Amino acid sequence: MTERKPLFEFKNVHVKVDETEVVNGVSLKIYPGETHAIMGPNGSGKSSLANALMGNPSYTITKGEVYLDGENMLEMEPDKRSLAGLFLAFQYPLPIPGVTVANFLRSAVKARRAKDDDMSDFRKTLKAEMDGLSIDHPFAARYLNDGFSGGEKKRIEILQLAMLKPKMALLDETDSGLDIDALKIVAQGINRFHSDKNGILLITHYQRMLNYVKPDFVHVMMRGKFVKEGGPGLAMELEEKGYEWVEQETAQKVEV
Amino acid sequence: MSEQVRTQNEELNLIGQDYESRYGFHDPVEYFHKGAKGINHEVVEMISKMKKEPRWMTERRHEALDIFFEKPMPRWGNTKLLNEIDFDNIYYYMKPIEDQKDNWDDVPEYIKKTFDRLGIPEAEKKFLGGVSAQYESEVVYHSLQKDLEDMGVIFLDMDSGLREYEDIVKQYFGTIIPSNDNKFAALNSAVWSGGTFIYIPPGLDVKAPLQAYFRINAENMGQFERTLIIVDKGSRVHYIEGCTAPVYSTNSLHTAVVEMIALEDSYIRYTTIQNWSRNIYNLVTKRANVYKNATVEWVDGNLGSRLTMKYPCIQLLGEGAKGEILSVAFAGIDQHQDAGAKVIHFASNTSSRITSKSISKDNGRASYRGLVKVHKNAKNCKVSVECDALLIGEDARSDTYPTMEIDNDQVKIEHEARVSKVAEEQLFYLTSRGLSEDEARLLIVNGFMEPFTKELPMEYAVELNRLIELEMEGSIG
Ligand SMILES: Nc1ncnc2c1ncn2[C@@H]1O[C@H](COP(=O)(O)OP(=O)(O)OP(=O)(O)O)[C@@H](O)[C@H]1O
Ligand SMILES: [Mg+2]
Repeated sequence: MTERKPLFEFKNVHVKVDETEVVNGVSLKIYPGETHAIMGPNGSGKSSLANALMGNPSYTITKGEVYLDGENMLEMEPDKRSLAGLFLAFQYPLPIPGVTVANFLRSAVKARRAKDDDMSDFRKTLKAEMDGLSIDHPFAARYLNDGFSGGEKKRIEILQLAMLKPKMALLDETDSGLDIDALKIVAQGINRFHSDKNGILLITHYQRMLNYVKPDFVHVMMRGKFVKEGGPGLAMELEEKGYEWVEQETAQKVEV
Repeated sequence: MSEQVRTQNEELNLIGQDYESRYGFHDPVEYFHKGAKGINHEVVEMISKMKKEPRWMTERRHEALDIFFEKPMPRWGNTKLLNEIDFDNIYYYMKPIEDQKDNWDDVPEYIKKTFDRLGIPEAEKKFLGGVSAQYESEVVYHSLQKDLEDMGVIFLDMDSGLREYEDIVKQYFGTIIPSNDNKFAALNSAVWSGGTFIYIPPGLDVKAPLQAYFRINAENMGQFERTLIIVDKGSRVHYIEGCTAPVYSTNSLHTAVVEMIALEDSYIRYTTIQNWSRNIYNLVTKRANVYKNATVEWVDGNLGSRLTMKYPCIQLLGEGAKGEILSVAFAGIDQHQDAGAKVIHFASNTSSRITSKSISKDNGRASYRGLVKVHKNAKNCKVSVECDALLIGEDARSDTYPTMEIDNDQVKIEHEARVSKVAEEQLFYLTSRGLSEDEARLLIVNGFMEPFTKELPMEYAVELNRLIELEMEGSIG
């Protein structure tokens, strides 16, 4: 049997923000084609982890290792991580006034191509992907995240995912702020992107997203640590019993 | 992006990576006339004689020179840089060729090449209604579309304007900006040469913009163009002004005066893209009188120079008049952009809007200096002032000096001022999509400027973005 190699792997990652450690030693292996979900209470460190993995300078990885396709992410700046195939859909995407969605995406797509590439297919691809996510075409001319509603921002994050086609997508609460129909459309977008070659790490609070985007594994994060792991059933159980239940369980474990 | 813009972009890329090679070149020139350095009444007399001016103009020049000598340097603004100007080390008049041409083929090769490199004849072919090209003190090339000429549009250099339309010039010249307005207006009034004279007869919509290009070539040169624009009732015109100069180690002086009159129901837009090299002192006075239901817009882009002091002014004189001043300034290494706006509401139901955007990078400094005044009898006026400063780097500096003098309470005022830094989080957002940090910063800066850029004709917008890119690379020598 040939040994399967993980697509994305982080080991014993510790993250500091402003001198406080908010993530204290988490590890995970994601194999090609897999979808993982992280759930956990507010403030448990999920976004901090995702930001640190992507290379946000405000979140320092003080210890640990991160690899994508065998490449050491910690040696790379965010742009190089992106070009290597890592992607983060932000929980709170920032407005960039004056920069249109189309211009921004053009620059991002261009960064992935050879210098002399003519980009003539760009518009067509953009329109097709916008159609797929039921985003009206005039949206391409709006300034990125500037005055967008919560749901619009999330859709545009997934539009970026669709256009940039990363190997590994970290999706931070892409479901929050979406109405019922939008949730379905966005989930379909994620599923269209997903293949047996790429991986998804989904951060969410709600089971309903996981009905559409089915996780292979669910991890529970509390106080900067993964405290429990399970299959898709775990999400259901969490929704029913809440995090207190996990807390009690882990407490018992410690007692044993 | 249209094909045209793409090719233009490529052309721009080809021209070179920095100011030095694109605009900073200078031509070895044999001047038709080159006076001595320094300023005195003899110089003034000589300029006026060479131009064969009527006596009243000669006398005005002498009066203005006395005012210039009498008036002290401004005691506000960047007095340190102002006091570094050595008025004795400047040429006040240089005439490159004997007379003006109306065919590029007749313009001496070295001058034509300059304007070719700046893309002027190209732009003329594509979309301009008229072109004037000034080299040092004189306009060397001039053209106006035949149909505009036939309709009675007058578009001349100021010297020809004075020769051919002495009555109109005498009636308006110096009425909006008198010689004693400020020290530099006085200097311009004494030694002015070249510039533009425009008169648009009533009821004409001049669709294609008229453009003047001002080029300083010589070291220690003083360029003092004088512009007078009169737009008669119900007419519309868009005038565009561009400027560049070569890079020298010693300073040159650009001191223009622009006077505009927008008569009833007329519309004037005056667009400036100045891109001076870092050795230029740019001290310019611009003012417009706006009559009933007329509109004037100053669209003012200030790049380059060592020190710029420029505060386009609008005087709303008739009911229903409107004024807008939209400006951007980019202050890079060792530069000070002291720019702003002035609006004075004399009449009721007038409205004005000032939007000022500045970018300071490295140790560059951008100041906004503004005045809005609403007179006692000007009722139901609307005033909006928005100042937006973007700082790049720890040493960048921006200051705002807004003044409002509102002499009645029936005014609607909106005022906003913001200073922002290129935020780490914004940079992270963009770099996380694969843009390099430089690209990300440039995108944010271009986005910041967008409200300005989108007001420019496409070709100029492309050019401006390109210039900003050069500034961001810090490669302009
Ligand atoms: N930029 C920051 N500056 C200061 N503190 C931060 C910053 N980002 C995160 N924190 C702190 O780190 C801890 C973890 O926050 P994080 O955003 O990672 O939680 P989360 O699990 O994503 O929560 P939520 O479910 O509410 O999104 C919190 O205590 C938070 O206040
Ligand atoms: Mg979060």
